[in-house]
Amino acid sequence: MSPDRTPAHAAQAPAPAPPGSAGPAPAGGGRPGRGQDVIHNIGYRGYEGPRLGRSYARRALFSQTLRGAYGLGRSAKSKVLPMLLFAAVSVPAAIVVAVSVVAKSDDLPVGYSEYVLMMQPLIGIYLAAAAPQAFSLDLRFKTTPLYFSRPMERGDYVAAKFAALAAALFVFTAVPVLIMYAGALLAKLGFADQSGAAAQGLVFCVLFALLHAAIAAWIAALTPRRGFGIAAIIVAVTVPFFLITALQGIAWTSDSREAVGWLGVASPGTLLDGIQSRFLGGTSQFPGGQDLTGAQGAVYLVVLAALLACFYALLQRRYRKAGL
Amino acid sequence: MIAIESLSKRYPRVTALDRLTVGVEPGVTGLVGANGAGKSTLIKILLGLAPATEGTASVLGMDVATQGGAIRERVGYMPEHDCLPPDVSATEFVVHMARMSGLPTTAARERTADTLRHVGLYEERYRPMGGYSTGMKQRVKLAQALVHDPRLVLLDEPTNGLDPVGRDEMLGLIRRVHTDFGISVLVTSHLLGELERTSDHIVVIDGGKLLRSSTTADFTQRTAVLAVEVTDTDAHPDGTAALREALRQAGCTPHDPGPAGAVAPGAGHLVTLDLADESVYDTVRDTAAHLGLGLVRMEQRRHQISEVFTERSAGDVA
Repeated sequence: MSPDRTPAHAAQAPAPAPPGSAGPAPAGGGRPGRGQDVIHNIGYRGYEGPRLGRSYARRALFSQTLRGAYGLGRSAKSKVLPMLLFAAVSVPAAIVVAVSVVAKSDDLPVGYSEYVLMMQPLIGIYLAAAAPQAFSLDLRFKTTPLYFSRPMERGDYVAAKFAALAAALFVFTAVPVLIMYAGALLAKLGFADQSGAAAQGLVFCVLFALLHAAIAAWIAALTPRRGFGIAAIIVAVTVPFFLITALQGIAWTSDSREAVGWLGVASPGTLLDGIQSRFLGGTSQFPGGQDLTGAQGAVYLVVLAALLACFYALLQRRYRKAGL
Repeated sequence: MIAIESLSKRYPRVTALDRLTVGVEPGVTGLVGANGAGKSTLIKILLGLAPATEGTASVLGMDVATQGGAIRERVGYMPEHDCLPPDVSATEFVVHMARMSGLPTTAARERTADTLRHVGLYEERYRPMGGYSTGMKQRVKLAQALVHDPRLVLLDEPTNGLDPVGRDEMLGLIRRVHTDFGISVLVTSHLLGELERTSDHIVVIDGGKLLRSSTTADFTQRTAVLAVEVTDTDAHPDGTAALREALRQAGCTPHDPGPAGAVAPGAGHLVTLDLADESVYDTVRDTAAHLGLGLVRMEQRRHQISEVFTERSAGDVA
């Protein structure tokens, strides 16, 4: 006897509705011919529970993508790289803390946001792995039509995926910051000082995650090929950074101090570096540890906002016609 | 279920749908058309994903132009192409898709287990889908379209790429979606014979225009034909011609054999006549016996839906 032949009345219990669900009541409950005739109903039961709609679907897609960015809910093989990288950015933070505890110094040897900037290469690799995982695969395997044939709109899909990638990147950068903060408190460094600095560090993590997620998401959404995505993202986050750093070095040695600041606006890494040194209490890695002038700081902020808006708009545009 | 009123969709260079007016009742409806006939465009519009150039359409009583989201909540869609990521299992994938349709997680899990069982996936549903056969993949695709218990499913070429056995199983499954699950089905295909076997109603479109819309019974039975083959005897060296003549005198309407070159191989020995009612069988038997001819076979032939296309192209020539 096949399991399909279960008598209908044995399986008649309605699906449980979670309490307090805000979804709309199911429309049109009565369907002719269902559940009235036990002989013809060989085990199929309908669903009369709540349908939670777009915002729920958005959240579900967000959490699925966020988990996927760390390989959770995927094969064991796909957990290896994210977890290794995660360990690689976190362990040095613990070492930094340990050193300052042992040496009984009165401040951490590396600032919170500076630490994040130092870890850029590792973060870049993680980003290059996570963004294509979140965006390219749905395009490659043509899963997007299944999303768009459901209540969510294209904008919901883009928003959920982008938010999940940014959140994954935030976790990736914020955990080392928190490790350092915890260590700083254990080493009995000044509580007020460290809390303020750590909070600024977390704000920096947010900005860092948003900008890099926006750039990487757009690149990943352009290609259904994962390999291309990985390569293009690594190029996009490293090449401009090194180029600009080299140009800044040239500007510095040829004594045009102000040009160093202006040049920094041209790559994501130096842009964020400038912002953290100007507004978030850090020291820049610009040649000579130079700080930005007031005008430069304002321009940096405007450029950051413009880049975010621009890449997010490009991402939306990419999905306007994709799929189905 | 679906009401389409003079719906047109024009792209800059192509007219995909041209003032299409058709209604779809509950049940299994086959949408037939050659590639490029406008089937996929029609599905896109019905899901509220592409605006129509003119005309209106409603699905489940909701307007596609303004209530797309509400329609998509109660409609399932199975795309024509592959759409399954290979590195996740069918269970995980369908649960995720159920949640995307708005089902709470626990309900999504229950519905997934139920639906995968109904489409005939058992132990293999825990394995990554990359290793599935085409038939299993088609079942998962069907399952994700059914998992949120829609009132209507749109199946785009569900038998694509299946071998004959897989095809039969899929067609049987589609039939059950309506008879057992109570879900109406709109299924597209370019193979008419398939839809003949599953659908209650057939809609034929060609070049974005409605060619015909009627029940499957109408398509196949109204035009039923009886084919008769007889032996030749000494008295009647050409038994076929003699029978045809005698039948005509008996009040039946045997078809003209047509010009010699146009007759299909073997058909020269067949008399075909319209099967108006049961008494035709008796008339044929009596006539053959009277002439002393051996009755080799007498079979009812159903017109294949494909003849709709031939009829039309013949009409175009005329």
